[in-house]
Amino acid sequence: MTRFILNDQEVSTDIKAGTTVLDFVRYNQHLKGTKIGCREGDCGACTVLVGSLENGKLAYKSVTSCLMPLGNAAGKHLVTIEGLNLKELSPVQQNIVNEGGTQCGFCTVGFVVSLTGYCMQPEKAYYPKAIAAMDGNICRCTGYKSLERAATNLVNQLSEKNTEATFDWLIENNFLPAYFKTVPEKLKNLQVKINHEDNQEEPYDFFISGGTDLLVQKPELVGKSAVKTSLPHPELKGISRNGDTIVLGGGTTVEEMRQHPEIKALFPELYAHLKLVSSTQVRNMGTLAGNFANASPIGDLTIFFLVLNSTLILKKGESRREILLKDLYLSYKTLAKEKEELIEQISFKVPAASSLFNFEKISKRMHLDIASVNSAIQLKEENNLIQEANVSAGGVGPIPFYLTKTSEFLKGKTIAAETIKQANEIAQAEINPISDARGTAQYKRLLFRQLLYAHFLKFFPDQLTLAQLV
Amino acid sequence: MKNIDSHGHVRGESIYLDDIPVRHGTLYGWVFSSSVAHGKILNLDVSEALAFPGVHAVLTAADIPGINQIGGIIPDEPLFAEGEVHFWGQPVALVLAESELIAQEASHKIMLEVQKLPVITEPREARKAGKLIMPPRTFKLGETSVAFNSCKHIIEGIAENGGQEHLYIETQGAYAYPKENGNIYIASSTQGPTAVQRHAAVVLGVGMHQIEVDVMRLGGGFGGKEDQATPWGIMAGLGAFLTKRAVKLSLHRLEDMKMTGKRHPYSSDFKIGLDENYKILAYEVTFHQNAGAAADLSPAVLERTLFHCTNTYFIPNVTATAYSCKTNLPPNTAFRGFGGPQGMFVIESAINKAAEVLGVEASVIQKANLLKENNLFPYGQRTEGCEALNCWQTAEQHFDIEKLKKEVAEFNQNNTQFKKGISFMPICFGISFTKTAMNQARALVHIYQDGSVGVSTGAVEMGQAVNTKMLQVAAKTLGIHPNRVRIETTNTTRVANTSPSAASATADLNGKAVHMACENLLARLTGQIKAQFQAEEADEVKIENEAISINGKPIDLTWEKLVFSTYWSRLSLSENAHYATPDIHFDPQVESGWPFAYHVYGTAITTVTVDCLRGTYDFDSVKIAHDFGSSMNTMVDRGQIEGGLVQGIGWMTLEELIYNADGRLVSNALSTYKVPDIYSVPKEIDIHFMDTPGSKNAIFGSKAVGEPPLMYGIGAFFAIRNAIKAFRPEARPDFIAPMTPEKVLMNLYPDFA
Repeated sequence: MTRFILNDQEVSTDIKAGTTVLDFVRYNQHLKGTKIGCREGDCGACTVLVGSLENGKLAYKSVTSCLMPLGNAAGKHLVTIEGLNLKELSPVQQNIVNEGGTQCGFCTVGFVVSLTGYCMQPEKAYYPKAIAAMDGNICRCTGYKSLERAATNLVNQLSEKNTEATFDWLIENNFLPAYFKTVPEKLKNLQVKINHEDNQEEPYDFFISGGTDLLVQKPELVGKSAVKTSLPHPELKGISRNGDTIVLGGGTTVEEMRQHPEIKALFPELYAHLKLVSSTQVRNMGTLAGNFANASPIGDLTIFFLVLNSTLILKKGESRREILLKDLYLSYKTLAKEKEELIEQISFKVPAASSLFNFEKISKRMHLDIASVNSAIQLKEENNLIQEANVSAGGVGPIPFYLTKTSEFLKGKTIAAETIKQANEIAQAEINPISDARGTAQYKRLLFRQLLYAHFLKFFPDQLTLAQLV
Repeated sequence: MKNIDSHGHVRGESIYLDDIPVRHGTLYGWVFSSSVAHGKILNLDVSEALAFPGVHAVLTAADIPGINQIGGIIPDEPLFAEGEVHFWGQPVALVLAESELIAQEASHKIMLEVQKLPVITEPREARKAGKLIMPPRTFKLGETSVAFNSCKHIIEGIAENGGQEHLYIETQGAYAYPKENGNIYIASSTQGPTAVQRHAAVVLGVGMHQIEVDVMRLGGGFGGKEDQATPWGIMAGLGAFLTKRAVKLSLHRLEDMKMTGKRHPYSSDFKIGLDENYKILAYEVTFHQNAGAAADLSPAVLERTLFHCTNTYFIPNVTATAYSCKTNLPPNTAFRGFGGPQGMFVIESAINKAAEVLGVEASVIQKANLLKENNLFPYGQRTEGCEALNCWQTAEQHFDIEKLKKEVAEFNQNNTQFKKGISFMPICFGISFTKTAMNQARALVHIYQDGSVGVSTGAVEMGQAVNTKMLQVAAKTLGIHPNRVRIETTNTTRVANTSPSAASATADLNGKAVHMACENLLARLTGQIKAQFQAEEADEVKIENEAISINGKPIDLTWEKLVFSTYWSRLSLSENAHYATPDIHFDPQVESGWPFAYHVYGTAITTVTVDCLRGTYDFDSVKIAHDFGSSMNTMVDRGQIEGGLVQGIGWMTLEELIYNADGRLVSNALSTYKVPDIYSVPKEIDIHFMDTPGSKNAIFGSKAVGEPPLMYGIGAFFAIRNAIKAFRPEARPDFIAPMTPEKVLMNLYPDFA
């Protein structure tokens, strides 16, 4: 039994937990405003909002409902366009109408929901963030300019927003229906009910974390299988600091990590880097453990954590063991992990204050795309001498790749164009890209070289120039 | 006026195919298709699928009561493969079950045994093998063989463009149910309801009068649902006909991308000759169109490539030959621009190559050869109301091109990692179906006795706001408030024998018909007023903004009262008008005539910044001077320009269709086929609405706007190319689109090994 609130109604259903929220709202609840565009999280036409109480406060995130297993809705408030409609158009809707931001209309609801989700954030309105809220929505008709104009007007209207009482303000100003006032109470009552229910451990075929790749790859299989979802496992969540170690729960989403103050402080540019990972909607669901376990050779998060020399804790029943992330990958999509072992935590030592970090990702389309090649680097440098180097790259082999030899080589070297070029020579011998839809092998080799150079050009703009390197 | 659908769109209340409430007992379809691109069918066994619990029927070619044929121009395409398969993804069978999931699972039980035959994916290879859809066609003006002798410069080369997936966000689909006496109703997401009706009748072996096709709206079409919505409509109709149950078919994205055709890739050879003043004297071009496995609309697309092979330039001597080459890809089809963009890309490539050889900017050659009034096209028509030079000069002045060029030059001087490129893209696009007979439309207008108005036309709403424009025409002509008017669904029983909504001509053709119907009604209403108020024959009666006057004097009569009294006088309040574009003709025997009602002109200036370290690019701006005539809806028309431009830029940059040697589409999902997102569009799109005389053939003088802007996107290719040359002056990137970040980087660092 899955219990949640759908718009202004409490719902409990026996439908399988692996069913997508999209199929549930459209074909079970007959809420047809949510559209199906791709069923792989790449168009945003099916965007809905997921609300919950965070530290007692109501908070909403946008997600692509095609990739959200119903089980992960338990205890949440699901909002579709039908749950946002008022008698009059909301300012989000009215601005889109006024600027001609809808043509065929098929993607439009997704944009309305994404932008409304943005309005609900308890922060001052800022145009780039309003645009960012639409980074997971594809429109094939408008060319987006009218939607940008709508966002400009919207941000102006939001300048009056009271961020202390966001929901009250939004209700007063016709952004949201009044029932949102009652949602916190409803969520609390719902949690009480759920806590009283008998949650027996039942055998399952799949343990789904965010589901953002599994539901792309095997939606039919997941839909009819017995699945266990990560949601009822708060122990898998959270980011904490333990002395000089940062510990992240495997169920932490990419966006949770991106927004976390501690992580922001340690890696000031990571917020921008992670913007290149999928879309807002998918980052709100996709988890660290999912990224690692999926073993994609171009997993962005994996590439990042590889250079931090991260350790995973694998849990099976009550037993736990540790493994280095870089030892997790044996060959293409093959892990040094049993099927039953869950990735419970990931941890890494806080890098020294002087250490440098960079992440580069190039894809055909800069945003909402999978990398042709991505690369991360962590460098400890003093007096022009590299004391420690860790280099990783994706898309250059069958696994997310830690470049052992290149990293070794760089250690103890001085910063000079010749050194970096030699590092590339060594790296080129280490990597082994293949040709596929994301580029030819030759391109990926060249691109990797460029990204390696990009790392160093960013770190040492006064010592190195592009002309010296190429 | 705002798009009349926008209110429902933003609330999620607009109804698309998959939103139609299903009838009790509906069966759901899943199409089983070939996983071999070319082969002989040795055996097809559906028995296991049929025995699968929940499956009601598995339909194959053997179940077709009529003829297994859906080819529109050439009858060369079966609904279900029979004997052979010709492309990867060719439909073989339709499974009908109680749920889509059951149908999908059962489809895996179908056994198809195919003996593989050689696969051809490249058009030149097909031509060599003698595999042509139809004999080649040649457009000729002057005598190029002679003219080349007097050219100072002759430049030859190759230009190639990739295909383009339509990526309408709503996938293909249809919902059909049986009516009594073997009649079938088909709700279809199609741009061409009559095509669905006509071909369904053939396949079912019934008359067209037994098939009713209804279209509410499309979640995007772009040409992809002109002919290629037909098979799914027929399959649903066939299922309903045979099972006597309602049948729904709504393709999943991967199935849609695998089974449907796209914009045609072309591979072309050009030879261009210029005199010492950069005047183009002669142009020879040979197009190899990758038609895919069946004709579909390829012959018509090919024809439009020839019509636009000289873009907006006057060239006195032209020989343009086009081959429609049969390959083992899904049959390629209509896509916004319809062959025009492919033709223009080649002439622009030729000009850019010539400019490189001669050491001048391409814009010098472009400007020197723009069409002027009364110039001859290579198909016999002369320019009338030519705006080519006016658009170019307006763009130069309005957007201060000298300043822009200076900024780009200075930026490039001061930066090594980032380089800017700038390009001009002038266009000239002919408006009309090039098949003259298709330029006709009808409108049925009812005034109900309460004064409200219902309008039916052959126009299909797919986001281009044609319904909004039809409503404007009706309200304005009748002199009443727009909220009295409703635009009905497009339905073959109300408006018959329609042409598809295509060729940018839908608003013109159907709008003219609505206008005529409303004028006829107005004449009748005027007669009623005159009779009622004992006015003279010569008196002038006007209805404007709901106010009725005689000889300028308001009279005491409301619209409602007028309508009711007319009805009570036993006069008809319904009109069915027919419009056919006047004066157009074309004779393919001599490849000459006057095919277009008018031409649309414009010039775009594109500026791009390339990151020469990473090979990525950002478009700074696209500035456009466009010939709108007098736009009847500037908000809608602006949206068409912005959207068309971005789609064109996508085609030239990110959108890359990759087929492997076996003919399987590798970029088969949104994760591998990338269309522009909000971050990849130009930072600035500045559209200057030029107030031009328009054309009498354009509805209210408002020129067609659907397709022309797509071709501004071609400028993106050449802007990037120029930026690459700013980084590496000796670079000569091939004229092969799309210009992906991969191609950019490889061109920046050709020595990397």
